[in-house]
Amino acid sequence: MRDVSIIGIGQTKVGEHWDKSLRQLATEAILAALSEARLERADALYVGNMLSGKISGQEHIAASIADFGGLRGIEAVKVEAAESSGAAALRLGYMAVASGLMDTVIVCGVEKMSDAVSSATASAALALAVDSDYEALHGLSLAALNALLMRRYMHEYGVKREDLSPFTVNAHRNAAGNPYAMFPRPVTTEAFMKAPMIADPVSLMDSAPLADGAAAVVLCPGDRARQFSAGAVRIAASAVATDSLAIHDRRDPLFLEGAYLSAQRAYQQAEVGSADMDLFEVHDAFTITAALSLEACGFAQRGQGVRLAQEGEIAMDGRIPICTMGGLKARGNPVGATGVYQIVELVEQLRGQAGLNQVKGARLGMAQSIGGTGGTVITHILEAP
Amino acid sequence: MTIMKPTRETGIVGYGAYVPRYRLLAAEIARVWTEGQGALPITEKAVAGLDEDTVTISIEAARNALKRADINPQEIRAVWVGSESHPYAVKPTSTVVAEAIGATPDVQAADFEFACKAGTETIQAAIGFVGSGMARYALGIGADTAQGRPGDALEYTTGCGGAAYVIGPREESLAYFEGIYSYVSDTPDFFRRPYERYPQHGSRFTGEPAYFKHVLAAGQHLMDELGYTVADYTAAVFHQPNTRFPQQAARQLGFTSQQVESGLLVPLVGNTYAGSSMLGLTAILDKARPGDRILLVSYGSGAGSDAFSLVVTELVEERRDRAPRTRDYIARRKEIDYATYVRYRKKLQMH
Repeated sequence: MRDVSIIGIGQTKVGEHWDKSLRQLATEAILAALSEARLERADALYVGNMLSGKISGQEHIAASIADFGGLRGIEAVKVEAAESSGAAALRLGYMAVASGLMDTVIVCGVEKMSDAVSSATASAALALAVDSDYEALHGLSLAALNALLMRRYMHEYGVKREDLSPFTVNAHRNAAGNPYAMFPRPVTTEAFMKAPMIADPVSLMDSAPLADGAAAVVLCPGDRARQFSAGAVRIAASAVATDSLAIHDRRDPLFLEGAYLSAQRAYQQAEVGSADMDLFEVHDAFTITAALSLEACGFAQRGQGVRLAQEGEIAMDGRIPICTMGGLKARGNPVGATGVYQIVELVEQLRGQAGLNQVKGARLGMAQSIGGTGGTVITHILEAP
Repeated sequence: MTIMKPTRETGIVGYGAYVPRYRLLAAEIARVWTEGQGALPITEKAVAGLDEDTVTISIEAARNALKRADINPQEIRAVWVGSESHPYAVKPTSTVVAEAIGATPDVQAADFEFACKAGTETIQAAIGFVGSGMARYALGIGADTAQGRPGDALEYTTGCGGAAYVIGPREESLAYFEGIYSYVSDTPDFFRRPYERYPQHGSRFTGEPAYFKHVLAAGQHLMDELGYTVADYTAAVFHQPNTRFPQQAARQLGFTSQQVESGLLVPLVGNTYAGSSMLGLTAILDKARPGDRILLVSYGSGAGSDAFSLVVTELVEERRDRAPRTRDYIARRKEIDYATYVRYRKKLQMH
């Protein structure tokens, strides 16, 4: 198996792109990444996306994007794993290069949530990620399921709503330094507490905003990376794990087993432990998800994930900075594209190009993307040049 | 040149408003649909009674305009009504109004439509008729009895009301037009097919790429072409689908809240659709002083904005008290509950 490096990154601003189509967004990110890598073409393109068919009426988008992006003829395939589709596309791109089958690969995550006519349509579409027979059919949306987890967590560990606010406050503080972020504005604890409920106790301020966006990376074999880029970042680990879709089938609903397995596999591959991570781009689709992810990945004991946030350990100067460019909450959540945004942001950090948001001396960064409420979890660990 | 000016100067010879007396509180709608939860886009809206419709609203507003204008209705050469709730799909509202006010038979009559800017188009056409010398007076009306799908966000704001303007020569006007402009694009933010009862709308798409894009472009372009800045205007009135949109548009163009407050009626009457910005203008004229410059920008989904720049003359002071003021109609209110509203607006089909 060969080493794999990232030699180019590209991203669009995250927001409502009324005037750009899904393939226009994807092309924008892909061309930016190729340009950085000083390449005009690649051997393959893997596109991560969750809802192109449901919302935009177009499946078969990898071929469409390849054509639109001037790459007609190359190998191109859409990869889907609910909200972790972007990370899943990176996994496949990684395998293609590591195995020796491909030399240069483009990985692109793209989503066009604003094609959903209403928030009800968007919510119903996201519910495709949960168990359709036993959860979605009964009206359990993604927000409702996370509300059940949050309510149980609050009960078991004596946690109050306000105790989760540091995740949101931290994410927004970091977004201020990210020109691609959707909401680069600070949020106070008061604003957090006054936010309207989506599914009690999950409020608007606990939930990452759905958005449009596209992010892309270019991969090549590690031993050739320096030909393309001085800032090549090595993929030290790439690991996927699954768990039941339905939370009622989980061994312990308050333990993200998929995150645990995926993280453990990644740590093993990279021959590191959680203590070696300099930053963690966590899947903060909901504040409770961030807390549970920190626990499952070994950064905090069970029920202590919230304490990590309250004690400032998740801040830029803390023990384990998270959401360094705003996270899903403030950079925005373009669903299937999110996993690649996390990677792009890690690369910026590890290259020392994160500007105001630079985590000092960042050498190892971890990104984790979650599908549904934890049915698929994909972890990548990247190493600085 | 993209802004429009006729060969002879024209203005408003008389204006009139009408708002029905019934009021449905937004809080009452929320009581029925959301158990009182959620933010309310306005305070209350005006509801047409059992015997009211776009025709009756247009007639009363027209009569008020005629009282102020004090002209012989036989000298009106065109009667135009813009609405998205004409009572008939085929049978013009305008002929009923023309006959009721004594303007028939030597009169051009037509119904206009373009969502919420159906009314301001009648004014633009009237400026053309009068400004070209084809007519001494033309009457333009914007009126609606807007319908919202039960439980939909728009139900909170769909209101009833209208305004009428007698357009004539500048010398006879209480306010004259300096220039007008229209900005239009194919933007499907809100639409209704012929056999559907209620329209569909594009949620967040109705904001930035629809309302704001057209209102801001039209308002800014007209001011730029006329060589004015917001400081040259005493008042500005925009299409008012809810309280927030016109305030935000005003802010983005640079207007202060004082400049928009006299024309901002939506919190108390709702969105009167084709009547919205035109009704707002009547409220401004009710208090305006000679020399005041006013900007009006309407918005119609589909989409487009009509912009007008006008200056008030001395004649406003002797004419404005000849008919009820808009705020008098607003103050004349009778609260009804949701059930009465359902009956009045015929939302329940029993057969």
